[in-house]
Amino acid sequence: MTTTPSSELVIQATQLSRHFGDLKAIDGLDLNVEKSTIYGFLGPNGSGKTTAIRMLTGLLKPSSGNVQVLGLTLPKDAEKLRLKMGYMTQKFSLYNNLTVKENLQFIAKIYGISGSAQKKRLSELLSIYGLDQKQHQLAGSLSGGQRQRLALAGATLHKPQLLFLDEPTSAVDPENRREFWEQLFDLCEQGTSILVSTHYMDEAERCHKLAILENGKKRADGSPEDLMNNMAANVVEIQAESIRQLKQQVVSLPKVITAAQLGARLRVLVSKSISDPCGYLQHQTQLPKHELNLTRPSLEDVFITCTGGGRQ
Amino acid sequence: MITSLYRIQAILFKELTQLKRDKMTFGMVIMIPLVQLILFGYAINTNVRHIPVALVDHSQTTLSRALVQTVSATQVVEFTKHYQDVSSAQKAMERTEVRAILFIPHDVSQRLARSASVGLGLPASTDEETSRPIAQWIVDGSDTMIASSIKSLRSMPLVELQRQAANRSTATFEVTLLYNPEQRTAVNIVPGLLGIILTMTMIMFTSAAIVRETEHGNMELLIATPIKPIELMLGKIIPYIFIGLVQVVIILGLGHFVFNVPVNGGLVPLFAVTILFIAASLVLGLVISTIATNQLQSMQMTIFILLPSILLSGFMFPYEGMPVIAQYIAETLPATHFMRLIRGVILKDVEFTDMTFDVSWLIMFTLLGLLIASLRFKKNLD
Repeated sequence: MTTTPSSELVIQATQLSRHFGDLKAIDGLDLNVEKSTIYGFLGPNGSGKTTAIRMLTGLLKPSSGNVQVLGLTLPKDAEKLRLKMGYMTQKFSLYNNLTVKENLQFIAKIYGISGSAQKKRLSELLSIYGLDQKQHQLAGSLSGGQRQRLALAGATLHKPQLLFLDEPTSAVDPENRREFWEQLFDLCEQGTSILVSTHYMDEAERCHKLAILENGKKRADGSPEDLMNNMAANVVEIQAESIRQLKQQVVSLPKVITAAQLGARLRVLVSKSISDPCGYLQHQTQLPKHELNLTRPSLEDVFITCTGGGRQ
Repeated sequence: MITSLYRIQAILFKELTQLKRDKMTFGMVIMIPLVQLILFGYAINTNVRHIPVALVDHSQTTLSRALVQTVSATQVVEFTKHYQDVSSAQKAMERTEVRAILFIPHDVSQRLARSASVGLGLPASTDEETSRPIAQWIVDGSDTMIASSIKSLRSMPLVELQRQAANRSTATFEVTLLYNPEQRTAVNIVPGLLGIILTMTMIMFTSAAIVRETEHGNMELLIATPIKPIELMLGKIIPYIFIGLVQVVIILGLGHFVFNVPVNGGLVPLFAVTILFIAASLVLGLVISTIATNQLQSMQMTIFILLPSILLSGFMFPYEGMPVIAQYIAETLPATHFMRLIRGVILKDVEFTDMTFDVSWLIMFTLLGLLIASLRFKKNLD
């Protein structure tokens, strides 16, 4: 691996681990996040995404391993990091019984932003995140999407260099999610580095780079394109009639990793050790050749290939 | 330093805004002292009157009826039941219909005539005769307060019964009652209630303060900001000092105008010691809040402090009457020190300089508690 100058890396973690008793929530995580990029953590629930983010924000002490965030060594310099980073928690953590504006004022005061600077920043944020009309409404009465935008406004109020977002869109409808990501790209363009965790494939695909986590271990990382190109399996789509039965038959084959039904088609992941996956499947299933097609892999395929093993 | 004040102020305003939105809690701030003071001011009375008692009169003479009337006239007891024999009266006592029985024997006239309390008559009574009481009280001794009230009747004068001049008796001691010469219970109870109500509300407010942030998920955001533990603690305490002072005004105002409790000391020492006590209680609540992991636990710990504050602080029972160990425990409670201070200031107009022990104890308690709470509060999730 070529050594990149550390000034360009906003997060650098080596062999990061965190144990809760016997449970290894994060086990030997190596991580390099470059400046002004969006880095994704993709993984199922319980894969250690939140634990990893909490360690990178200095909220949890690692059991072992080294972390440098924005050039600061954690957990020693956690207090210094807090001025430079923004953190949007998985659960809405602003005050439900304060209004939108009161919440933002509270955060501004905590970061020591006062007077006209505070006024200017608040009106800026309210218009960016479309909360002008809602500024006197209690945060608890906002919709999921509005609440998410308020949380993002709160996390970015002090213009942090690095933003941590823990499953920011889990309670948000698709349209709001699109809009939310537009705002993330705006922030990214302005020079903010972002680390976001998700379990949505479409979101993960938007990231510049991502790491697939499972059971506290990093199964793969890289840009979505690289991950799809370097996947350890080929994807074959089979057009057939009795798909349910076919699936049973295909899944039991030794070289088939998994198969999933998509309407009238069956999407089969075949290990790369088979050079001609179509021929292999055709031979095994005795289906006519034109019904089998080699397809471009999706991120979901990558995810399933990487994580299938530990899902029991 | 400026940003530090700014952050304290941020927490302070947030707490006040949240309190303003929480109508129920806000109402309780006013209602708890109002209702409890009126209730207890009237209800707590250590001068027991009108105890229901039964009469078993085996003599049935004019004299026995006169004796009963004399006893009734004291107002300590009220004859609500009459029985033929002691055993059925005792049944009534078991059912708590009466708390004591007055048994008058058939020879009450003879006993009285020879009793030392009315003069010895002629021929002179023998020792055996003078040592015979004229009647007997059988008392439900389980309640010591009632028992001692009836015991106070033991040597009541019976002058009217015989229309004779009683032997002149001279008191061994003269007793001068200072500060509360009319012996009104409210004079002692109202300043004490101030301490109890403040203990309850102040500890309750802050003991939930930190835990609530955790329970509502706000803590993860808060600890990811540059706020310092001590700033958070001070921001949580200061608004409630004002709430406490509102309660103080309600209690002492009501105490003064409804129960006629004098405020003999100046208002400056009064508010000074009260603010000290409020601060100590709030800090105690904060320490609880850093130990408890949910609001139910913090509530339980509040009660755990509240009960000894009521029973050991000198509010209900004199501190001096407690065993030494209990006194040591009482000394650790802020309420004990406050009881002495507030009764001193309100009733005795004690000089501030005469209370240095309790005052400095409260200051030390507050500072130490603040330190412990700030040290215990960790800005991480480990």
